[in-house]
Amino acid sequence: MEKITNIEQLDLLKNSLRKARESGRQVVRVCLGPGCRAQGADKVAAAFRNAVRQQGLPVKVEPLIKETGCHGFCKEGPLVTLEPSGLFYSRVKPDDVEEIVEKTIKNNEVISRLLYSENGTVYKSAQEIPFYKMQKKIASRNVGDIDPLSIEDAIANGAYQAVAKAFASMTPEQVIKDVEVSGLRGRGGAGFPTGRKWRSAADAVKKHPGPVYVVCNGDEGDPGAFMDCVVMEGDPHSVIEGMIIAAYALGARQGFIYVREEYPFAIKNLTIAMEQARSAGLLGANIMGTGFEFDIRINRGAGAYVCGESTALFQSIEGKPGEPRAKYIRSVERGLWDRPTVLNNVETLANIPVIIENGGEWFSKIGPPNSTGTKAFSLVGKVKNVGLVEVPMGVPLSTIVEDIGGGIPGKKSFKAVQTGGPSGGCIPYKLKDVSVDFDSLTKIGSIMGSGGMIVMDDRDCVVDVARYFLRFLEEESCGKCLPCRLGLEAMLEFLDNFAQGKGSLEDIEELKSLAKAVQDGALCALGGSAPNPMLTTLEYFRDEYEAHIIEKRCPAGVCKDLITFHIDSEACTGCGLCASNCPQACITGEDKKPHEISQNACTRCGTCMDLCKFSAITVS
Amino acid sequence: MFRHPVTHSKERILYVKKLSTDIDSILEKYPGEPQYLISLLQDVQAQYSYISEENINFICDHVGVPVTKAWSVVTFYRSFSLNPRGEHQVRVCCGTACHLKGADRIAEDLERHLCVEREHTTKDMRFTLETINCPGACAVAPVVMVDDEYLGSTNQADVRQYLKKL
Repeated sequence: MEKITNIEQLDLLKNSLRKARESGRQVVRVCLGPGCRAQGADKVAAAFRNAVRQQGLPVKVEPLIKETGCHGFCKEGPLVTLEPSGLFYSRVKPDDVEEIVEKTIKNNEVISRLLYSENGTVYKSAQEIPFYKMQKKIASRNVGDIDPLSIEDAIANGAYQAVAKAFASMTPEQVIKDVEVSGLRGRGGAGFPTGRKWRSAADAVKKHPGPVYVVCNGDEGDPGAFMDCVVMEGDPHSVIEGMIIAAYALGARQGFIYVREEYPFAIKNLTIAMEQARSAGLLGANIMGTGFEFDIRINRGAGAYVCGESTALFQSIEGKPGEPRAKYIRSVERGLWDRPTVLNNVETLANIPVIIENGGEWFSKIGPPNSTGTKAFSLVGKVKNVGLVEVPMGVPLSTIVEDIGGGIPGKKSFKAVQTGGPSGGCIPYKLKDVSVDFDSLTKIGSIMGSGGMIVMDDRDCVVDVARYFLRFLEEESCGKCLPCRLGLEAMLEFLDNFAQGKGSLEDIEELKSLAKAVQDGALCALGGSAPNPMLTTLEYFRDEYEAHIIEKRCPAGVCKDLITFHIDSEACTGCGLCASNCPQACITGEDKKPHEISQNACTRCGTCMDLCKFSAITVS
Repeated sequence: MFRHPVTHSKERILYVKKLSTDIDSILEKYPGEPQYLISLLQDVQAQYSYISEENINFICDHVGVPVTKAWSVVTFYRSFSLNPRGEHQVRVCCGTACHLKGADRIAEDLERHLCVEREHTTKDMRFTLETINCPGACAVAPVVMVDDEYLGSTNQADVRQYLKKL
């Protein structure tokens, strides 16, 4: 692609790429998001290329195979969509590909077996499916549509238009003003107004002239959250574009993207996208011939959760251990190398180009006044439609879980939703109509967080979940400050005891006071918010804690020390699978006759229950 | 200086030899500034499967950082390994969604099956068993990654079967 040397050229290029697109050529989009990839989507894409090649169709008729980012509906993956017919095929296997090429692509026939159906209704296109119908995509607008490895595809979809607009018709001051008007709040968890952050940094640079940095936080460490991963993988140009706009507003010349090492595809796609942007004259020296210079470097994380915290992240970029510092001086004034630094989350930056293009006013009208715009959530756990959703702020939680998510699978019941990862809280079923926005969630003890939404049913134990998050944070604590290093360990000891049916009711009070001390004393947000999962579960599910302590019983049947496994003699067929796999060899029985577990030797590892094909293992 | 107890069995030495290439080609990729310490350590680990004491010294000379500082970085970050890793990396996701769906049981089963604790390598250098926090494939929880292959919606028996075929 030739280098873009002036702003009009980008427009011309976009229009010509659009025109080429409208030739009526068929397009096959194969989702290569993390969920579909785990289900073998890469093999499906390869099969498509192979099948199309074998057909030997003339170039004009040959369909274009696009490997795109996440389509969102991970549970039904691998997903394939076809254009112009708009067909949506789910659970596509490599073996189905030949049939799709033969029937659908060549003869416009619909293969009904591959269509998605729900409650007896069969859906032909994605737009009709309830899962997609209620969503509104801004940050993930191009994800799943474009080929992330093709800058032409991104430009045809409007990438870098906002940068062009800012360069051509806005001063840096106007850019900051527009972001302020939009009311955009940081999508990384804390929800700090982005415009205000930019303004403070711009003021700090005026006071102390010198370098200023723009940093993108892609260290999405919350277990069970993958929104940022999907944006970085599926539409890397939106992140780069957001960073260029931030750099323009602040006068920055160097930016950094800090990405988790566990996201190799995000790193790869971002690296390729940056190279393409550089050779297209959209990044680096003299962007679009305007004389503006800005470049980005990728820093890979090294497996420390605490590096998602701003000051720890800066330490890590500087090549040091990621230990946070106290924030009496804010990082907008003294961040990376003690210079003013703006740190924004991936999703926040992906929103910026849309805000600049459509105006802050437009964005501020979406959602409630204090939480404008949309938010992407990774909806996971015990919910039917596991996947990635983006909804306007302020929708009720039940809409996300029940209408979009399709509710709880099987005959189990909706118990709670955990939002905000290890720093967030559990929202019980009775509060399911709470509006999902920054302030409402904080009011009930949880937080919006980065967007992980983990649905729990009645087979999930809240004590176990609280213990899980606390253990996670205890392991990830950097150890710099005492309240976090020792406080979390002590809190975990209490919860370990509860899970074993030990402890007393006084312990609960002691645990609460310890939690308060940790909240007040910890140096950074990792420690400060660590007690949240425990405190919210204690508030809404105190009876369950008491069942563990007083009755020595785990109502959900999860805590190992309080449960026993049994074999249902009616369901057991005597296949012997459990007996041959039991690590303790404590399952006995004659062939083809119900087996039995010897409780004395059983370690409750759960292998038998996981392996049994007849659901004959019960927990009590 | 803190010395990490590294034991060199015969298999290990052979395995490490197989991976060795010239470290200079890695060092050349980055300017000699302290900020590139972590990137260099990552590249060395990607090449050799672990970071040897010798290589830490080379890196320190290149970026101009005291050896003690480099050790504090290597021991702080979870992904750095001071011991050679096995031929195959078995990573059990213990993220929230996987936890709810029994990831812990799979990790325990693999510990028994491979006769190795998590975050350790089997004696024959075939497998390194690790737990990771979330590669983003929550839709198919529980997930086990063997090298670059995802095993989704898996269970103990499937993972064992897969490892057997390697």
